[in-house]
Amino acid sequence: MTDAVIWTVILALGVGTFLIRFSFLGLIGTRPMPPLVLRLLRYTPVAVLPGLVAPLVVWPAATEGAPEPARLCAAAVALAVGLWTRSVIPAVLAGFATLYLGLWLTGAF
Amino acid sequence: MALATGKSAYLQGVRDGMPFLLVAVPFAALFGVSAVEAGLSIGQAMGFSVLVIAGASQFAALQMIVDNAGVALTLLAALAVNLRMAMYSASLVPYLGEAPLWKRACVSYLLFDQSYVAAVARYEADGMMRLRDRVAFFFGVATPIAPTWVLATLAGALLGARIPDAAALDFALPITFIAMVGPMLRTLAHVAAALVSVVVGLALVGLPSGTGLLIAAACAMAAGVIVEGRRA
Repeated sequence: MTDAVIWTVILALGVGTFLIRFSFLGLIGTRPMPPLVLRLLRYTPVAVLPGLVAPLVVWPAATEGAPEPARLCAAAVALAVGLWTRSVIPAVLAGFATLYLGLWLTGAF
Repeated sequence: MALATGKSAYLQGVRDGMPFLLVAVPFAALFGVSAVEAGLSIGQAMGFSVLVIAGASQFAALQMIVDNAGVALTLLAALAVNLRMAMYSASLVPYLGEAPLWKRACVSYLLFDQSYVAAVARYEADGMMRLRDRVAFFFGVATPIAPTWVLATLAGALLGARIPDAAALDFALPITFIAMVGPMLRTLAHVAAALVSVVVGLALVGLPSGTGLLIAAACAMAAGVIVEGRRA
């Protein structure tokens, strides 16, 4: 692609992404939403993030899609520590520690 | 907490946003490196990070540019990756819907996975929070993350490929998102929603970018409400 085309992509993607983000916040505002919709929306984070992450964990791009023990263990430990401590930072640190330990043990480091 | 003034709500947000620098820095730097390697100028890499400010879709667009996919397909793929943000937008309406339009527009510009998750976690934990404090908290969370995102992109673009593959930075995103989800699994209904999201997400991974995730998320939300209804 030429420079001008790439800039077109960047601008259009910027505007489009903003409109997606602004969609409901901008249009609905103070209008009340049906109770069922509100109940469904309460599950948004736990409904989106696991499905987003699962393929990255099981088929990591870095190994060209081959399941890899260090990454699987790191994911499991991050989840377990997050459940146990109920906070994000220890879970991130434990996940990274497990990842690097695993990569070192499996000789990929 | 309920008595927090706008300023302290903002500072609380800054504090809650800090841990996400752990993922924003490597992810943005990686984007900067990849963009320059793909032949984009530093200005274009920065353009992505300032105007789009959504990591996963920036990588999707970059991949399509490298593959010479054409403008329409590139936009379609990258925007599909961002459609989940419409769900975020809807789920923030009960908390922020009454804010002035310009503030809702600013929130929208800064609405990415990390700011969304941190904000909703706080809003749910503190039901007494006033509207003004909710908005201040949201901007607080975004304050460390957004400028860092842009600066780390620049650093990556300038340093180029000097970041070793062995750092396994590809896995910073999964680890952070999993770490965010763990503390949110408070009830059986939340666990059910997460499990359905994982199973359907894996099953539909072959669908065009973003579509499988949307279906998985819709199924997962329904599962959450159904399990919640059974237990009530």
